[in-house]
Amino acid sequence: MGRITLAGVTKRFGETEVIPPLDLEIADGEFVVFVGPSGCGKSTLLRLIAGLEDVSSGQVSIDGRDMTEAPPAQRGLAMVFQSYALYPHMSVRANIAFPLRMAGMDKAEQARRVEAAAEVLNLTAYLDRRPGQLSGGQRQRVAIGRAIVREPAAFLFDEPLSNLDAALRVGMRLEISELHKRLATTMVYVTHDQVEAMTMADKIVVLQAGRIEQVGSPLDLYHRPQNRFVAGFIGSPRMNFIEGPEAARHGAHVIGIRPEHVVVSQTEGPWKGRVTVTEHLGSDTYYHVHDTGLAEALTVRAPGDGMAAPGDEVWLQPDMDRIHRFDANGARI
Amino acid sequence: MSTRSSRKAARLMLSPSVIVLLVWMIVPLAVTVWYSLLRYNLLRPERTGFIWFRNYTNFVASPAFLSSIVNTLILVVGVLVITVVLGILIALLIDRPIWGQGIVRILVISPFFIMPPVAALIWKNMFMNPTNGLFAEAAKFLGLPPFDFLGHAPLASITLMVAWQWLPFATLILLTALQSMSSEQIEAAEMDGANALNRFWFIVLPHLSRAITVVILIQTIFLLGVFAEILVTTNGGPGTASTTLTFLIYKEALLGFNAGTAAAGGVIAVILANIVAIFLMIAVGRNLDA
Ligand SMILES: Nc1ncnc2c1ncn2[C@@H]1O[C@H](COP(=O)(O)OP(=O)(O)OP(=O)(O)O)[C@@H](O)[C@H]1O
Ligand SMILES: [Mg+2]
Repeated sequence: MGRITLAGVTKRFGETEVIPPLDLEIADGEFVVFVGPSGCGKSTLLRLIAGLEDVSSGQVSIDGRDMTEAPPAQRGLAMVFQSYALYPHMSVRANIAFPLRMAGMDKAEQARRVEAAAEVLNLTAYLDRRPGQLSGGQRQRVAIGRAIVREPAAFLFDEPLSNLDAALRVGMRLEISELHKRLATTMVYVTHDQVEAMTMADKIVVLQAGRIEQVGSPLDLYHRPQNRFVAGFIGSPRMNFIEGPEAARHGAHVIGIRPEHVVVSQTEGPWKGRVTVTEHLGSDTYYHVHDTGLAEALTVRAPGDGMAAPGDEVWLQPDMDRIHRFDANGARI
Repeated sequence: MSTRSSRKAARLMLSPSVIVLLVWMIVPLAVTVWYSLLRYNLLRPERTGFIWFRNYTNFVASPAFLSSIVNTLILVVGVLVITVVLGILIALLIDRPIWGQGIVRILVISPFFIMPPVAALIWKNMFMNPTNGLFAEAAKFLGLPPFDFLGHAPLASITLMVAWQWLPFATLILLTALQSMSSEQIEAAEMDGANALNRFWFIVLPHLSRAITVVILIQTIFLLGVFAEILVTTNGGPGTASTTLTFLIYKEALLGFNAGTAAAGGVIAVILANIVAIFLMIAVGRNLDA
């Protein structure tokens, strides 16, 4: 079981309020991802759940029990840190066994669980090495191993993949997702990478300056962003925002259209502009279009074999059903 | 430094300093060894000559020799234990954010700035003096008879003074090591259910092991040569109760005017120090690898 409830939780460091009152419900077995720009309070929120920071006010409960004052060890949660935080002087085996040893479990059971975890994580060959003799990805797996042997109520991850290279990151992303499928344990995962958030999450929590901007499934956030911030944050490349008369024509202060919802034409369309930069990704090509008179620049997606070159004039045909409209406060209309 | 020519160049560049260091070391050592084989008493300049190892047998056979070795070991080990244990405790304390941290840290390291003879004299006259000392006053206040520290526990008293002098060094080294401790590791241990004692034992102490090794190695080198504190307090006495090996050599050379025996003692001290160093390197030096 791993149901986590935050009720009116706030956090202040001295005078600065990092987390204004915040409510959040995380259901048992859910994979929840916290995303947001750097410094928005993702790590702080995670540490509040873990008990590594004290809340300034409000209540943290786990499985219905009030854990606000409980020390980290009693909350039954396991955390994987960005720097892995392995114990450098212990072997991989001792690292993974450490929480069991602290719990006073008998040696045979410890060994059995460590072997099982090593099996799952492909670490069997490395059990007698020191963390210093492992690659980044292997260290990350040891950190995960140390978390899973305890069979915690929930896992907390703080940007666990940000120290890995891109290829490894994709691999570990899958491994963690598979692990979640297999264990069906609640996972709370912090990242600033929205691709990680979109691919892994059951539920995404978008944070800005400590406030929750929106909570929802990845596709929910993609299709129905509640405000301009979420609309700009989710999706890559970013959504284009257009203000002024064109927005007013749609009865909004600002309208947004994603690059993939605009068709590029060499002959006709309601908007016209000049290509300044082209980005070829093979599967797709992104054009940066200037001089449209709508916004500074619009980013649009074309098929990988799109033929426009920098300097060419192009016409843009937005998919009007996919336009997002926002009022002056940035809220969705 | 990987190609052959760069290695050769490195050897060439290094050789002058290596040679200077070697000469610097070899010449005094050779002279000492040479003296130790001579009959060489400053009071009797007419009686000289080569006498093989008689100086050594005399020195080793003298009743003070064995007790001086034991005293040296007690002093060194005593000071090491006190400084390392207290050093860790103080470092743990002043590593926490406390009010007036800067001042506290300066206070903690200040004994290191006081010259050893001065420190020893202050201890002797202001604290340990059985009639005027602060400890005697404190004892009187509690209705106890004052204790004559330097008379009845000379070696322990000197150990205390020297430990006081070296405590800042140990604390400072251990504090810097403590500050390089990753807070995430501590937090991970906390999540793993380790209580404060377990965190110290399984996480902090292993992290400090290298610093402790450095403290032990460096202090041992200096503690084997402790001299001024003994000279200005007990003069090695009462009897030979606080005579260490260094002090015995001094007595032999400058009180007995026997340069030959003193040189023999010096050579023995060098040999013993090397034995200790080898033991230390085997016992704790492997902490410095990797
Ligand atoms: N111990 C602290 N004392 C004072 N301010 C802090 C402390 N820890 C964090 N903060 C502040 O709280 C805010 C949120 O920090 P937090 O580490 O939660 O950000 P984050 O969302 O995890 O960012 P990143 O993606 O860069 O890791 C920041 O503005 C930071 O400066
Ligand atoms: Mg963070």
